Amino acid sequence: MFRRLSDRRESSVSFTFNGVPTMARHGDSVAAALLAAGHCSTRRTPVSGAARGPYCMMGVCFECLVKIDGRPNRQACLTTVVEGMRVETQDGAAMPGREE
Amino acid sequence: MDYDVIVIGGGLVGVSIAWGLSRCGQRVAILDEGDVANRAARANFGLVWSSSKGLGNAAYSRWSRTSTANWHRLAAELKAETGIDTGFVQSGGFSIRLTPTELQRGIASMAMLAGQAGMDAEGTPPLEYEILDQAETRRRLPLVGETVAGAIFSPLDGHANPLRLFAAFHKALQQRGVHYLPHRKTTAIRHRAGGFEVAGEGWRLGAGKIVLAAGIGNTALAPMVGLSVPLSPSRGQIIVTERLKPFLSHATGYLRQTDEGSVLIGESKEATIDHQRPRGPITSVLAERALRTFPLLRDAKAVRIWTAFRVVTPDGYPIYEQSERFPGAFAFACHSGVTLAANHALVLPRQISAGALSEDLSVFHSRRFHVPAAV
Repeated sequence: MFRRLSDRRESSVSFTFNGVPTMARHGDSVAAALLAAGHCSTRRTPVSGAARGPYCMMGVCFECLVKIDGRPNRQACLTTVVEGMRVETQDGAAMPGREE
Repeated sequence: MDYDVIVIGGGLVGVSIAWGLSRCGQRVAILDEGDVANRAARANFGLVWSSSKGLGNAAYSRWSRTSTANWHRLAAELKAETGIDTGFVQSGGFSIRLTPTELQRGIASMAMLAGQAGMDAEGTPPLEYEILDQAETRRRLPLVGETVAGAIFSPLDGHANPLRLFAAFHKALQQRGVHYLPHRKTTAIRHRAGGFEVAGEGWRLGAGKIVLAAGIGNTALAPMVGLSVPLSPSRGQIIVTERLKPFLSHATGYLRQTDEGSVLIGESKEATIDHQRPRGPITSVLAERALRTFPLLRDAKAVRIWTAFRVVTPDGYPIYEQSERFPGAFAFACHSGVTLAANHALVLPRQISAGALSEDLSVFHSRRFHVPAAV
């Protein structure tokens, strides 16, 4: 669905998505890296359980919430991927004050 | 006559009454302003709360308790009519007290309230409450902060989802053929034979009766038909967090978790209606007190902060009155549009249709503010 621009040649970083090793380019946001890797659904909503994924890519819509290094409700579009980052889908709402 | 009753104001008070009037067989229209209006209904906290209300006015305590009891029927009937669940839960509410002084004040004020004459009446649920010390508060609300001094618990209190309540009323009104007319700012009301003519820029409509339910706008409209709605400025501010897993099924007086997971925090009262932007210092106090109440909120993100103006009379009690000069013109003003929605929908409309407010409501006439100056 999404393809990278071929004229960018940044170095690679690796992270895991739901435990699966995944490659991103240096400087990618988590949301961009997930979309480029083919993951369009990255969470389920707390109210209806519907699947959602990154949408506005600029921090406004809160659709791209994921768990990052155990912390829930992180905005994937506003977080830059770093080497070894642990990203997970988030099903439903988060419990505050509890790292999982 | 275009309608039996025109309700001026499409907020929660207006739609509650309009729905009830439609159920009484009245042909009803609701005139609403545009989105520039000072809508209290877009900022409701969502408490269905009676236990702590009415100190100095037993009738207000009774009226609030009756409405809380009537809420079960309101929620069921709206659900049946629209399929919308208003999220009403009456699991009891906690008035959490952060310091021993706050707790003592709360205990004293509840004792004075309960000791007033005229608190009980047939058909009104009795005022019930428990005083909880620090240990008991922690036992019932294990996530409460260590420094919380105690709480007052009342089984009468609860909460609802005010946005879905509002949506349910509007859907039901549409299904019933009630005319909701937005962008109709009323600028003139004239009494004429057998009714009233309501007019604005480029439009005029006639009705046998009119109900003023325009919130802050009532102050300007009321004198046109021999009514009076004096109001005091009151600004409230609310913080809303992202959706969180359910951790709090009971409402508290200033903090509650909605059925969809958001936490609402709000207890501020500023004697001003000068602007609608949240103020930083108020936000800080709200957040600080919320963290003392439930420290786990430290990691919750606030997604929105908003302010709105309350519809509060000088003594804090509502106004329910019919014009003596122009019978058929009614004015209603109250700040608890959610708590009182059940009475506004199920009790008041029968009285409006019959053309007379009940004796119980006479204490809420605005004549109480027209005290001659001492000589």
